Amino acid sequence: MEIYGYQRKALHSDAISTLPLYRSAPPLDVRLEDFELFAIDRLRVLKGISDGLSRGKKPEEIDNLAKDLWKANMRHPEASEVVNKDIISHFVLRLVYCRTEDLRKWFLSMETALFRYRFRLESAEAQRALMAEFDLPYKAVSNSEFESMKDNLGQVARSIGQPLTPADTKFYTVPFEEVPELVAGRRVFVHKGHAYVAMNQVVSLVATQFRSHLSKALILTNRKWTSSIREQEKDRLTPIVEALCTSYLGPDYSEPREFAEISIRDIDQIAMSSFPLCMRHLFEKLREDHHLKHGGRMQLGLFLKGVGLKLDDALAFWKAEFSQKVGAERFDKEYAYSIRHNYGREGKRTDYTPFSCQKIISSTPGVGDHHGCPYRHFSEENLRAALGKMRVNSRAVEDVMDKVRNRHYQLACTLTFEAVHGTSCDAGINHPNQYFSESQKVVQSKQVEDV
Amino acid sequence: MTREEIGNGSEDMVIDECEPEGRERNSVPDEFNANYLKVYYGKLFPHADIFKWISYGNDGKHPACDQSYFSRREFSYTLDNDIYLRYQSFNSASELENSIKEKCPFKIDIGPVYSVDPAKRHAYAQTGDNVFTPVERELVFDIDITDYDDVRYCCSGADVCLDCWPLMTVAIKVIDTSLRDDFGFNHILWVFSGRRGVHCWVCDGKARRLTNEQRASIAEYFRVYKGNENSLKKVSFTGLALHPFLARSYSEVLKDFFKSKLLLSQKLFSTEERYEKILEMIPDESITSELRGKWQENKRSSISKEDTNVVRWQQLKHILQSGRPKAQGLRRCVEEIVFSFTYPRLDMEVSKHMNHLLKAPFCVHPKTGRVCVPIDPNCCEEFDPTAVPTLSKLLEEMNMGTLRADVDNEWDRTSLGKSIRFFRSSFLQPLLKSCKEEIENSYNAKLQHSKNSMSW
Repeated sequence: MEIYGYQRKALHSDAISTLPLYRSAPPLDVRLEDFELFAIDRLRVLKGISDGLSRGKKPEEIDNLAKDLWKANMRHPEASEVVNKDIISHFVLRLVYCRTEDLRKWFLSMETALFRYRFRLESAEAQRALMAEFDLPYKAVSNSEFESMKDNLGQVARSIGQPLTPADTKFYTVPFEEVPELVAGRRVFVHKGHAYVAMNQVVSLVATQFRSHLSKALILTNRKWTSSIREQEKDRLTPIVEALCTSYLGPDYSEPREFAEISIRDIDQIAMSSFPLCMRHLFEKLREDHHLKHGGRMQLGLFLKGVGLKLDDALAFWKAEFSQKVGAERFDKEYAYSIRHNYGREGKRTDYTPFSCQKIISSTPGVGDHHGCPYRHFSEENLRAALGKMRVNSRAVEDVMDKVRNRHYQLACTLTFEAVHGTSCDAGINHPNQYFSESQKVVQSKQVEDV
Repeated sequence: MTREEIGNGSEDMVIDECEPEGRERNSVPDEFNANYLKVYYGKLFPHADIFKWISYGNDGKHPACDQSYFSRREFSYTLDNDIYLRYQSFNSASELENSIKEKCPFKIDIGPVYSVDPAKRHAYAQTGDNVFTPVERELVFDIDITDYDDVRYCCSGADVCLDCWPLMTVAIKVIDTSLRDDFGFNHILWVFSGRRGVHCWVCDGKARRLTNEQRASIAEYFRVYKGNENSLKKVSFTGLALHPFLARSYSEVLKDFFKSKLLLSQKLFSTEERYEKILEMIPDESITSELRGKWQENKRSSISKEDTNVVRWQQLKHILQSGRPKAQGLRRCVEEIVFSFTYPRLDMEVSKHMNHLLKAPFCVHPKTGRVCVPIDPNCCEEFDPTAVPTLSKLLEEMNMGTLRADVDNEWDRTSLGKSIRFFRSSFLQPLLKSCKEEIENSYNAKLQHSKNSMSW
């Protein structure tokens, strides 16, 4: 796969039907932009499936979920590009998710679930073609053969408690030694060395093959990544891949809390104790300058919303600061609107979600901006000073700086959390509101102890 | 004293014109010892046939023959004083024969074909690229009547009689049919184990190349009886129907065998202890107490024991199969009972592992002196384990026939002749024919392939 700046070439795909097997990276040219965007779209699908699975949804529900997610996220304005997007996004995510055992496991499970759903939807011909791709020596049972075998096949189905429905006429034969589990459980009819496998059994077997192929491919991808790609691409693809990896999969804090976590009275103290560095910095600057530029207003404003600050309180808070610089009327005229906009009360009424670390890290603060991720965007000197102000001990500061040098910004923030609170944070920080919640937990438990 | 013409086969060996005293002159005390064995290995044991079988066609001149194939096969010996020699291998038929004649093993086992000559195994690792590992092995089964001790009352332990032996017959029928019809195997050898069971050797190329996992899956496919002394119900059929394999076994073999033979030969309902064992398999108190009530009454008025068994079985079947709506556990209770008593009980471990050693056919069992002769699955009901030739009998037969010169092989004068001829005609010849074809075909395919890949 060639990644180009702005070039684009027509595709010659080696995919069969619309369900690619992702055997090898196809000779496509991909725009750098699409590299990331396609992957994010696919990740939404996988993440959605993951969510569904962890909420214990049944297989049929997962199927519907996968269908909706795919439709919603994997479209492309140009119909001919849909398959490309599918393939490209898969291969990009391979890079992202090959790096650790846990990542590989997650990716394998989700991609296999997705594959299983998509396979079931394919036509019988397409399914046969796919099975041939896997070198699975399955042959479809003709209608006439099915008629002659019907009684036996029906009997096997009843014996395993899954009686055939009139719709269940798709059967495949395969040498019995290819399906040892089914033979051992007497879950198939075996005749003259051939096992007669029902459709739902075939899906399982194909999915198992898919999974094992992908598993091996991920190991190889990881080797290539660590041995050459990561270094070669360190200025171009690697940061994107690494950012995608720590991609936010947790709650998005879009639901305001029942009770405001903070009241404007306590906000200064809480900012000191529980805000992550990025928000602390914005908050301090706001107090100092009585102003923040747009990026900062978004980042801090949404964060406060996620923390539970109600719209009225938010308006009061921002007004109190801004009016010291621009005056109350100008605030009402120019800034109140956007705060209400953030809370979904204006315009298209989208309820914006607080930014995750991934988003904050990838932002690009300019002159006069104070948003972004300090671990990424601050100079070393400034960062050390800021950590000092947070009373992080010098040993921890060195660890943090080490992480920063290696561009593990979220790990740096996690280490900061641990140093400040004196506890470990195994989950790792990937959202400022998460930092805040975790911090509050520690702070409140300490209060309980003190009492 | 007239000497009988020795015909062919054991049927003709009725020496009714000799006086018992006269017979003693040629008679050989019924024993098992090294001397007898030496004669047996010297004159009767079919070395060449075993070699041909185990070579699977690779002993020919065809360029595609694998010259190392036979030498990579493991044999093992159990010698006189219980000394056990593993990883024996041989490069030719004569080496094998000479070794057996010289060492005179009390038991010969056949193991797998390894990746390299077992004699050289120490040069190879256990894992990695250069490995010493089994690469081919027949699919084997071992059925031992002691595994049925809980359902036979006539004998126990090592004994076998004509009342319980039919359990082996039934096992052969069920497994043999399935190996052929379900799994498509053709080259199957059934052998008497010498005392109380049977062995099965499936020798198709496909069978020999099965992995451990695939062997286990076939063994599991055959497994029905699960559990031990602690579980009451060892056979359990859930599901709305029986798998066709089980249904066929039931209707073609087991049902009738149970009803017409086993019920009577083992008198399964004749005593309280015995019928309680069956009642234990019925998970319904009301039914079992109803039957118990009937039978406790009947005990006093029964005329013949045999009738009792048949009658009681009828009563049980009637209650369980009558129109009454059945609780889950009762739907197939009758079948479960029949299967518990009659369905084959295999030794799973023997079948699952490629490196499991199994006794060679035509060995002599040290405890009984009987030869491990092949059994014809097509007429296995006629096989009588108590009439299998013993070592001493064979020697006796040999002594009697010493003056004849028109028979090529010694064994042909003896009862062993029939067995060896059967081995050759119904097993070895078809097998070798098929092996040669296989070797030819794969050779031609390779030639074709290399031709294709060289074409421009």
